[in-house]
Amino acid sequence: MTSSVVENKSFSLRFISTLFIAFWLMIAAFPFFWTFWGSFKVELDFFSKENWTNAITGVRTLSTHGEAFTGAGYEGAWVQEEFWKAVINTALVCLFVVCTSLTIGTLGAYALSRSGFRYAFWLLIIALIFRAMPPITLVAGYLLPFFEWGLWGKLSTTIVVLVAINQPFTLWMLHSFFQKIPKELDESAMVDGCTNFQAFRYVILPVMWPGVITTGLFSFLLAYNDFVVTALLLSKENQTMVPKIAGFLGTTQTEGNVMFAVAAVVSATFPLFVLVMFFQRQIVSGLTAGAVKG
Amino acid sequence: MLLFIFLPIISVVTQSLHIEHEQVFVEVENCDFFGCKKSTMVDVEATAAIKAEKPLGRFVGLENYFNRSHFASSELAQAWRTTDSFGEFYDQVYNLPLYRAIIFTLVYTFTVTPLLIILGFIIAIAVNSLHQRLKGLVIFFSLLPMIVTPLIGSLILFWMIDSRGIIGSFLQQFFNDPDLSLKASTPLMWITLMVYGVWHSAPFAFVIFYAGLQTLPQDTLESAMIDGASRWERIRYVVIPHIAPLVTFVALIQLMDNFRVLEPIVGFNASAHATSLSSNILNDLGGESQLFASAATTSVITILGVVVLLSPVLYRTWRDWDRKV
Amino acid sequence: MNKVLRASLIAAGLMTSSVAAHAACGIEGGRVNIIGNEFPAIQTIGAGAVACAGDGVEITANLTKEHKELQVPGLSGDVAEYTVAIVANSSIVPLMSNGLIRPLDDLIAKHGGNFGDNQKITIGGKTMAIGFMANAQHLVYRKDILADAGIEPPTTYEEVLAASKMLKEKGAMKYPFGAAYAAGWGIAQEFNNMFIGMGGEFFKDSTPMPNVNNEKGIATLEMMKAMTTQMNPDFLTLNNNEINAEWKAGNVAMMQMWGSRAGPLLAGEETAPGVAENTVLAGPLTAGGGSIPATTLWWDGFTIATNISDEDAEASYLAMINAIDPSIMNDEVATQAVWMIEGYEPTPASAGVFATINAGAQPYPMIPYNTHLHSALGEELPDFFSGNESAEKTLADVEAAYMVKAREAGVAGL
Repeated sequence: MTSSVVENKSFSLRFISTLFIAFWLMIAAFPFFWTFWGSFKVELDFFSKENWTNAITGVRTLSTHGEAFTGAGYEGAWVQEEFWKAVINTALVCLFVVCTSLTIGTLGAYALSRSGFRYAFWLLIIALIFRAMPPITLVAGYLLPFFEWGLWGKLSTTIVVLVAINQPFTLWMLHSFFQKIPKELDESAMVDGCTNFQAFRYVILPVMWPGVITTGLFSFLLAYNDFVVTALLLSKENQTMVPKIAGFLGTTQTEGNVMFAVAAVVSATFPLFVLVMFFQRQIVSGLTAGAVKG
Repeated sequence: MLLFIFLPIISVVTQSLHIEHEQVFVEVENCDFFGCKKSTMVDVEATAAIKAEKPLGRFVGLENYFNRSHFASSELAQAWRTTDSFGEFYDQVYNLPLYRAIIFTLVYTFTVTPLLIILGFIIAIAVNSLHQRLKGLVIFFSLLPMIVTPLIGSLILFWMIDSRGIIGSFLQQFFNDPDLSLKASTPLMWITLMVYGVWHSAPFAFVIFYAGLQTLPQDTLESAMIDGASRWERIRYVVIPHIAPLVTFVALIQLMDNFRVLEPIVGFNASAHATSLSSNILNDLGGESQLFASAATTSVITILGVVVLLSPVLYRTWRDWDRKV
Repeated sequence: MNKVLRASLIAAGLMTSSVAAHAACGIEGGRVNIIGNEFPAIQTIGAGAVACAGDGVEITANLTKEHKELQVPGLSGDVAEYTVAIVANSSIVPLMSNGLIRPLDDLIAKHGGNFGDNQKITIGGKTMAIGFMANAQHLVYRKDILADAGIEPPTTYEEVLAASKMLKEKGAMKYPFGAAYAAGWGIAQEFNNMFIGMGGEFFKDSTPMPNVNNEKGIATLEMMKAMTTQMNPDFLTLNNNEINAEWKAGNVAMMQMWGSRAGPLLAGEETAPGVAENTVLAGPLTAGGGSIPATTLWWDGFTIATNISDEDAEASYLAMINAIDPSIMNDEVATQAVWMIEGYEPTPASAGVFATINAGAQPYPMIPYNTHLHSALGEELPDFFSGNESAEKTLADVEAAYMVKAREAGVAGL
């Protein structure tokens, strides 16, 4: 094990590194514990415009609801505002974005990595340039044609756009993974009488699996966290979580419901917790197998 | 695929070379609850007739690129002529929207990217030396800043850094300055945005480096130890070369993402203190006055900026490719 | 949050009575699709229209914060996606300029409707929209704090400034005044208000040439700067949400606020003790000795798309007429807005807006190129307030930025 070598440290070094980790964890996780805690308070406490300690003691929550904690934000977001609909929409969008971009990505990246032609390089470069374009410009350009063709507001349209925006990253990442897999592997499979596709399906893909999982996770995060595309391309009933949360915040002239937003933020983060817990090993081993290379 | 990649790029470039047709105005009387008033309106029919002839608008060549909203050639020339010292000239340049955005964007990109790579690397080394059982939990919490929606992550922090929020109050105590406010001063706001940027992206670097550390060649490391290499020397001569390709990948992705910084500026309501290329685009496209040509021009400039930034990496990839061919 | 609860209860109530409503709407067939902003009053209107759905009549509503970005593309095309746009006096302009909304006179003649003549918004003699609510920014103050300090309720910015300084000296409050000076739309709107109050005209004699870089513009900026000394130093990042939160926490004694936000302030849910019962909605302020209130009036109304079939247009009109019928008025709906619908009894929350209307405030300008000046102001003004520039330089920058934007947008003669 690597750790046996690296861990062979002096006490002081180990102490410093543990301290550092503790410090980092505090910085990384504290805002989320704070938000989680605050989501059970009323707005005036969590905002703490009077005094930040109100957020801990919950004075106003106590005077409004009779208890120091209240589930009013969650009730409002989930029951009144039907946040669950947005959750279902997000789940659909994420599922299809991940599946589609991985399918295109693996096939495309495999083809690119096995082709020695120059155009493959230029294709990758153009994909990269496309990724450099701020998504808001793209979306503003898509609006008019989508309305004209009656495609606007549909989940499927948004999925296609998100896949397109995400594809360059997927292609680059998977391409680096495939390059690590020796050509001899598919050649030997072909010698054994496999067709090109069979070689890909039965020999390459199993080796690639961790890489695919990792790439899939990044695609998932993109679809899950996207605001610009989903806010402008989805109609109200098809809205996903992030624009829905933004909608809770109110407009210039009218008050929003900030605590609904806070409760919804906590709710939206929860599935990510589960997901990272579940895939944590795969993320790390996936990256290991590929040793991603620019 | 090609449809989604080529068409938008071509249409954005085309758009940046045109401006809208001249509108024909008429004077009319408008009445609402509050009374009647003479006002100017667009003569729709007359304007539509002009539009129908050339739907793309008026071709103006590179005018959009050199107007005041972008490269501002004439303003720049005038500033050069009328100012005596470099400081004054800089003030004039900083006053122009594109340069102001570029200055912040570059400072942000070149501060945040190295810092997040260093921080990610240190975290990866430290986590790697942890006890096996602790690792899972630590990795999980370390990823939090990255996996939470940037728009909302920055909003939460915006509440926390308020001068009466928990972090704001803590800083006031710490510096013993009851009037300290991160939101009121431009330098502090810049620092806040960059700290946020590092916080948000360090986990990305961490995950990738941590994965790289798992494949560290044991024999090289052991032989280095036998040769009496110190810990630092082992990191310097074994670990860093091993993960160098990963550093390139992280730098590539992060340079590109940081160059398009937008969410923290929106989330922190920071546009009074800092603007970026992307926030300028958002400004052009938002609200009622949608200026597509201006937004397209800034987008093309952004793309060119990214290409220039990434050219060393691209050159390397090209060389590798050439060798392969 | 009861506010939203109320809105949804009303929506539910309207849904259940949809059978009766359907008969009353008199729609024979067609498609209705509504786009509009998202807040309780508009949600009530949207729900009222959706209640007309029935056999062969499909009615949907997309009420969203992104309505400004979506309305133009959404009403364009050979057959527009949206048949109805709920607009305000600023957002009707791009629809008008692109010819995307149709005159309603034929429909009014054919189907009538239970609304007053004053609700018709006419442009060049044609009815282009039917209004249903009004809004304005006005002064809100805390009567207990002013009374404790022996200050008369202010009616001008100069008085607010003096009162605020006094409160500060007495140590009653650290930052007694609040207004949404956040960079962007907010601070530009405050400039507009003050500039109108100072008697300024935004454009030179009905040409598109900007007219803010003059002594009135400078007076406006100086007055605003004086006000910022009485505000939280973070003012350039504070929007209406934050200012409202400050008010609820009892940190502010006087503020400039939207009438549409007054309801929750008076209701006093989740507010620091003693704030709600002492909140007074006053009229608009004047500035610089002028008599024109330093604020703007706003209306919200519905418009019908040009690029739809006549059947859909009729269905849309009938559904919307049903939605703004005086019969929608009840105690809950009445608190949601300052309605311009007959049978609306002004509630305490509407006092500020009515005072503003009665004081003769001007409506927000409906000039096609005004939006570019607004956005130029929003971008360039922060430089002045962060102390980087003189007022003259900032106003020159505003005009320069406007000229570029307006030229690109096709404003003639630039």
